[in-house]
Amino acid sequence: MAELQPYNKLPALSCAVLLLVGSDGGLQQRLAEAILREKKNFKINIHLAASLPLPPERDHLRPRIDLVAFMIDIKSKYSLKNVEASLAYVDDSFFLGKVCFLVTGVGRVNYCSVEMNAIRNLGEVYCSPVLFCELEVEGSQVATAQRLLRMLEICAGHVPGVSALSFSSLMRNCADD
Amino acid sequence: MDETVAEYIRRTVLKIPRDEIKTMLEKWGLLSETQLQTINFRQIKESISQDVVQLCEENSVDIKQAAVLDIIYNHVYPNKRVWCVYQMKKTGEEAEFFDLTDFKKKFKGRLRSALKNVTINFREYEDNAIWIRIAWGTPYTKPNQYKPSYVVYHSQTPYVFISASVLKSNLPLLCQALVLASNYHDIREMELRSHSLNSLKDIVFKRYSQNFQTHYPRPLQERNVAPKSDLRIIQENRNEKERIERVNREVFGDGPQPKLEFAQYKLETMFKSDPQMDVLDKKEPFRCLVKFSSPHLLESLKSLAPAGMADAPISPLLTCIPQKARNYFKIREKKHFFPESFVSP
Repeated sequence: MAELQPYNKLPALSCAVLLLVGSDGGLQQRLAEAILREKKNFKINIHLAASLPLPPERDHLRPRIDLVAFMIDIKSKYSLKNVEASLAYVDDSFFLGKVCFLVTGVGRVNYCSVEMNAIRNLGEVYCSPVLFCELEVEGSQVATAQRLLRMLEICAGHVPGVSALSFSSLMRNCADD
Repeated sequence: MDETVAEYIRRTVLKIPRDEIKTMLEKWGLLSETQLQTINFRQIKESISQDVVQLCEENSVDIKQAAVLDIIYNHVYPNKRVWCVYQMKKTGEEAEFFDLTDFKKKFKGRLRSALKNVTINFREYEDNAIWIRIAWGTPYTKPNQYKPSYVVYHSQTPYVFISASVLKSNLPLLCQALVLASNYHDIREMELRSHSLNSLKDIVFKRYSQNFQTHYPRPLQERNVAPKSDLRIIQENRNEKERIERVNREVFGDGPQPKLEFAQYKLETMFKSDPQMDVLDKKEPFRCLVKFSSPHLLESLKSLAPAGMADAPISPLLTCIPQKARNYFKIREKKHFFPESFVSP
């Protein structure tokens, strides 16, 4: 099956798997390393992919994926197109809180190439939270890593009483009220 | 010594970075060893230039000698100017023996017969390069020493590198003089321009590393390389990354790329839209100019695919720049069978 399925594999004990999908490999690597530096009490594996679908030949080795973070570089329209094309290969049930959009490069206001409307639209259409960050700034990198780690923890079911479905509360816009 | 000469020398010395002034004055050779020793090269540049001017006064330096210092400066710092490449053509096949004195005589003769007020300097360098500096005047005014044109000619090749001054009207005369003096028949401007003279030479003399269609056998040890990064980070698209690296290497070669700052594409193609939208009433070519600029254009193109900003392989319109030896293109509609546009010769 070409689509990414959230529940077609058995989870491992005390383990969580994050999948980062984005065209900028270097940035993904840096973010992954930042996440691994954070303190956590469960095992974590991070898979980095440039786009979906994932190579089928490694499918049997791949564990169950708990959270997919799509990385969009605000300076590159190409990265947005890449993410939009990859979204077609994700099963619908993933979009119940197990997907988020990570928009990077927001520190450089002068180089914005992707429009805010497009990103907001993406978040609304796919019912997933959109996080903004600037990974070149140490503070933002650490904060983003902590946020993703917390989301991953919840998505993997390690936080009793909180499920991934509660992430819809992150998306409510103040203007909607 | 004329006031203008003094001012020119002063301004030329001020251009030179302080640490280089002594070496350049030595290369210039107009001031003797003892005179150079009287200058304190640790003071501010204003004072150094004043001292140099004073010593030149003692030696009664004229404008032609002063111009040599300008050539030396530009030879060491050619990247401050924009260079255009020209190619000369000869119809005959015989390789004539290049006579430098004859060349200089014919060149000077041609320029002086058209324009009396010119300052012409020649300087030869080891790599068979002849540097020519021309300061232009008019029949009524003296040559403007602050806006000279520079020509670099490698006598064993048909290529000339010209850094024209702002006074572009003198360019046809300059080209004529070059063709006449070097015994060629014609000269044409190649659409190749850059600040880096050495890179231009690399491109036309084919000195950069080119991609040859060889088969690179994959060495076995590649597979046994110990993973440098954390084992908890898994790369899903390793094969794709390797493919991109391989394609990139095939297209760009392994070595450093020549340094260009711009690539400009002038499009004169028809606007292709949905026929129902009928955007343009008249069916005329849509004129559009696309310009790529970068401190080092070819290196940045080379890193586009590995950085995940473009698909590999990159458009041949961009990668053909060193092979075609041009970075200014005109793209017109192809009139024959294929619907895509083609690049004009």
